[in-house]
Amino acid sequence: MRTDELVAALSRHVEPVDHSAIRRTVGLALVTAVVFALGLMAVWFGLRADVMTARAVVFLGAKAAFAMAIIGIASIYLLRLARPGGEHKTASIWAVLPFGAVILLAIISLGSAPSSHWDRMMLGDEWLECLLSIPIIAIVPFAILVWAVRKAAPTHLVRTGAFTGLVAGGISALAYALHCTSDSLPFVAVWYGGTIVLCTVAGAALGPRLLRW
Amino acid sequence: MTSPETELKALMLASQAGDAAAHRALLERLSRHLRAYYKRKLASFGKGATEAEDLVQEALLAIHIQRHSYDPAEPLTPWVHAIARYKLIDFLRRSRTSRADVPIDEADDIMAHDDHVAAENSYDIRRLIGRLPKNMQYAIGAVKLEGLSIAEAAQKYQLSEPTIKVSIHRGLKALADMIAKEVKA
Repeated sequence: MRTDELVAALSRHVEPVDHSAIRRTVGLALVTAVVFALGLMAVWFGLRADVMTARAVVFLGAKAAFAMAIIGIASIYLLRLARPGGEHKTASIWAVLPFGAVILLAIISLGSAPSSHWDRMMLGDEWLECLLSIPIIAIVPFAILVWAVRKAAPTHLVRTGAFTGLVAGGISALAYALHCTSDSLPFVAVWYGGTIVLCTVAGAALGPRLLRW
Repeated sequence: MTSPETELKALMLASQAGDAAAHRALLERLSRHLRAYYKRKLASFGKGATEAEDLVQEALLAIHIQRHSYDPAEPLTPWVHAIARYKLIDFLRRSRTSRADVPIDEADDIMAHDDHVAAENSYDIRRLIGRLPKNMQYAIGAVKLEGLSIAEAAQKYQLSEPTIKVSIHRGLKALADMIAKEVKA
């Protein structure tokens, strides 16, 4: 078929497009991913036992705020990156803001504690569980987001993959926070922050393979 | 003053609203831009007009399928350029030319145009359509090739109108995947 015949064929019966389709698909994927992660946490890990105490509420709130800041900022970038050429109008620097904030708070918190407590504050009781859980919980949310983002035809697959991983890591951390009882800011900075970065790197590595359209 | 951007964007907005004549004018004009772009880019890889035409058709199909992803709040040129370049890199990767070899280019690179008659390309879309699952073949054959309406196509093949529409959409996507497998140069 010659190119002009192809053009003629494609121009027969042109359907109007739905401008909000991409926003709706990615939004639906985000909601589904959050519901899945929370469900998996509730069924598999269980809520932290002391969830009704004031102390637990404060720390849970802090962890959730960190995770939600990541999800919020990263999804805005993801929505831009998902479309062809989106990489050119996305500086994406604000995505480091939640990490910077939590590291700063962690340093302040370490500074106000005696150095003999530092090991304990950094490692908590659950560092290994956290290190494994956040990436594992992130797998299905990542897959759901990949499915949605591919529909928008991203053209910079490494960066789009990284942001897909970042959002999935944030969603996973949000869910895991409901279970985790290691309540120190240095712990959150190192193990939550670290595993979310790990999800981001994995997303960047997998992007070119999974996001191709 | 009217630049290609202004005119092409107006055509794209009409096309997104379902205007077939605007869609045709858009694809015709973009095919000239794409031809110039691919000929120039491929020349440095020792590939000629046939491969350039392969890519023109691949990119046109991608632009058609993905036109919902163009956000009217943005200029059109970077969107077209991103798709053209994405398909170029994909093609070079398939033909085992390293990605590192693709020179950096600017969105405006897509704004040159080529008025030469289209060369033959290496695959035949008509033949590839014949390899699609039956419903997709019927729907694309009736609506896109024979020019029947959705309702006429539905009646001809005893299918519902939504089935025809979905089959066209999925069929064109499957076709794009087939072309990608076909063109390995």
